[in-house]
Amino acid sequence: MENLVTVVDWSRAQFALTAIYHWLFVPLTLGLGIIIAIMETIYYRTKNEKWLATTKFWMTLFGVNFAIGVATGIILEFEFGTNWSNYSWFVGDIFGAPLAIEGILAFFMESTFIAVMFFGWKKVGPKFHLASTWLTAIGASISALWILVANAWMQNPVGMEFNPDTMRNEMVDFWAIVTSPMAVNKFFHTVLSGWTLAGVFVIGVSSWMLLRKRNANHCYRSMKVGGWIGTIGIVLTLATGDGSAVAVAEHQPMKLAAMEGLYDGSHGQEIVAFGILNHDKKAGDNAEPYLFDISIPYGLSILATHDADAFVPGVNDLINGISFTPEGDTINTVAYAERIARGKAAQQSLEKYHEAKQISDTAAMVAHASELKENFDYFGYGYLNSPEEAVPNIPLTFYTFHAMVILGGYLLLFLVASLLLAYKRELFEKARWSTLFQRLAIITIPIVYLCSICGWVVAEVGRQPWTIQDLMPNCVAISDISAGYVQTTFAIFAVIFTALLAADICIITKQISKKSKDNLDIAK
Amino acid sequence: MITYEFLQNYWWLLISILGAALVFLLFVQGGQTMLISTKNATYKSMIVNSLGRKWELTFTTLVVFGGAFFASFPLFYSTSFGGAYWLWMIILFSFIVQAISYKYRRKEGNIYGTRTYDTLLFINGIIGPVLLGVAVAMMFFGAEFTVSKANILNPQSSAISQWGEGHGIEAIFNFKNMILGFTVLFLARVQATLYFFNNINDKRMHEELMPGFRLNSILFVVFFLAFAALLLTSKGVSCENGTAEWTDYKYLHNFLDMWWVLIVFLIGTLSVLYAIGRTIFTKGFTKGIWYSGIGTALVVMSLFWVAGYNDTAYYPSMLDVESSLTIRNSSSSEFTLTAMSIVSLLVPFVLAYIVYAWYAMDRVKITKKEIEETAAEEKY
Repeated sequence: MENLVTVVDWSRAQFALTAIYHWLFVPLTLGLGIIIAIMETIYYRTKNEKWLATTKFWMTLFGVNFAIGVATGIILEFEFGTNWSNYSWFVGDIFGAPLAIEGILAFFMESTFIAVMFFGWKKVGPKFHLASTWLTAIGASISALWILVANAWMQNPVGMEFNPDTMRNEMVDFWAIVTSPMAVNKFFHTVLSGWTLAGVFVIGVSSWMLLRKRNANHCYRSMKVGGWIGTIGIVLTLATGDGSAVAVAEHQPMKLAAMEGLYDGSHGQEIVAFGILNHDKKAGDNAEPYLFDISIPYGLSILATHDADAFVPGVNDLINGISFTPEGDTINTVAYAERIARGKAAQQSLEKYHEAKQISDTAAMVAHASELKENFDYFGYGYLNSPEEAVPNIPLTFYTFHAMVILGGYLLLFLVASLLLAYKRELFEKARWSTLFQRLAIITIPIVYLCSICGWVVAEVGRQPWTIQDLMPNCVAISDISAGYVQTTFAIFAVIFTALLAADICIITKQISKKSKDNLDIAK
Repeated sequence: MITYEFLQNYWWLLISILGAALVFLLFVQGGQTMLISTKNATYKSMIVNSLGRKWELTFTTLVVFGGAFFASFPLFYSTSFGGAYWLWMIILFSFIVQAISYKYRRKEGNIYGTRTYDTLLFINGIIGPVLLGVAVAMMFFGAEFTVSKANILNPQSSAISQWGEGHGIEAIFNFKNMILGFTVLFLARVQATLYFFNNINDKRMHEELMPGFRLNSILFVVFFLAFAALLLTSKGVSCENGTAEWTDYKYLHNFLDMWWVLIVFLIGTLSVLYAIGRTIFTKGFTKGIWYSGIGTALVVMSLFWVAGYNDTAYYPSMLDVESSLTIRNSSSSEFTLTAMSIVSLLVPFVLAYIVYAWYAMDRVKITKKEIEETAAEEKY
């Protein structure tokens, strides 16, 4: 059992490492792709070569970033098989389809047209080149769609039924999976956060160039496009974040409780705007959850249900079986101890179903299948030993959630201000605080990355211990491999990814430094 | 009438097409193995830029091949990837470093120097084809695994697919698997040269590549014949009437039972040999890559067909024959295969734009002059 825990932990660590590295590069690809496409569109319409120079400047940075995103992406796909093989079988019938569609519809589009985008300036016509740039950007967003549909399904499994004969979940409603509110919110929230990140990146790099008094015209051009994309991105990211919160409250109330460090819920529940958790607090005890907190009255009820008086359950409420309806009415749900019992009953029914099948006892098969169906919603709880195992890491979820929200608020202010300043060039250039703002813009680049990573940590740590919500915990999803194997590959991945990240940062900074010295009002 | 069996056969056909496309596109890896030995800087630049406009297609095809297997035959995905852990991990490591090497090798600030990235491309060029060949060879010569779905109810040892001690290392040291691995490697090198002949317009460079081409062609033919002999004399697992059993000369029987597959295999083989022969004996012949590419695709597809059709286990288990995977017992549900089949109707559209983009980019061949005149940021 000890070894099993270690394998699970190392497999999780390896997947987290890969996902975090992947997510360092993907959002910039998503947002910068759109920004480049808009810049090239302006060039195509105006035929003004200053826009061509600006497009090519950002395209170079896009290319360096894109390559490493691709490199880390392939690992994620194959790790589902190498490290989470049981998961691959248990839900491959559902999860595999979006992945395959992503490959067929999006990856080929990206890989075909990115070659035209980079090397086709003199080989294809301007219209075909512009179309290729847009198709590369669109392909990146489509690929995000399908993997996010798959991820959302893991958080809220819909459109499927368990087949006791094949012992796996099978898809019965494709559109329910694609259009679930969790999937729709996750797609827009994630892709638009990429726009935000790219907008900040463009403004930050432009500000660095302005500080060094290089290519001011190019910088203001870039800040206008980047500022618009970033501002639209952050406004819609916040809006879809609201939708995500409602979906989480409905389908993953334990995650919401962890995000807020909420143990005992109430009607008209306040939200903690800033707080320090009491790390000695455990589910079920009477200790205070916070050492310090600043709260907003009714905030969490409004966030979770859009009703100021609604009840929001905490960790203890959920364990004890108290929850609420979408209308905000308090109801009794199934307590976690009972969920565990019903999960074990579902597993026993499945075992008995197969025993009956072996002796062709059809009547018994029907009876056990019926029992299984009755308890299947709690199937995964049957693997847990105590209700506390179903509680995620509260401090990590709480702090990353609050960091994301606070930084998101800052990014909104920063992007709106940047956009205004990009259009008020004379005012900005004369202002005594302009260099201060430019320095702030540079510092905001790592901040937006931190915010972006925090979002994923909330989403993934907050749903623990589940690989598939309520159906499959991590400990059952893994492959038959030893902890030593995973430790070794983890170390290799860590070294390779870090080395690549170092090269990526050095190349990007060198390219910015070098190209910023060229005249970016004239295309080469 | 579209039945569940039809859909399973259809998806095995699609897998075979993706496998064929992947093996054809491994010419990129074959070309990478030539970089280190190319001393002439201009030739090296022409080779890198010729390959650099195609590497993402190979990479993407590998990703889609994996994704399609996951979606259509998830039990293979969970068994092979989770079991042959080291084999797949080594393949993946080699592809990670490939993805960045083209983009970074000449960029200022790349820290590790151009030679490091060229070495990484060389490593991927060797490991990619050889180990992908090993992975595919297990579909004929078997692998050390068992499958027991009931394990999922045992939290202490829940993996339904369990593998022998080697976890993929044993597959790498199996000489039969390695023969297919080296067949794929030398085929990739042969096709890379044919691709350069077609894509790079430089007669002197063609002459310099010719001795290596002859040697690689001979090695390819020798390894291919050895693999064919092993395959035709090899046992395979038959799965008729729900019972799995080892059968002598299974793949030979499959070729004879499915005569159309044998014809496809022979046409493909002759097409590759024609491409090699004509390129060697007809001076100035540059269209060999098309004959060789089509031939390779036909041979690979026919190999997938003898592996999976005619009640054959395409992943025989050497530890428990009943655990062997067939396209019947390892596929996704009828609903999922149907949904994905609808999506697959877009494949011709995808192929059309790939072909058009390829044509648009390659209609003007790479020349020494073009490489020398192209701005640094627009070339590798």
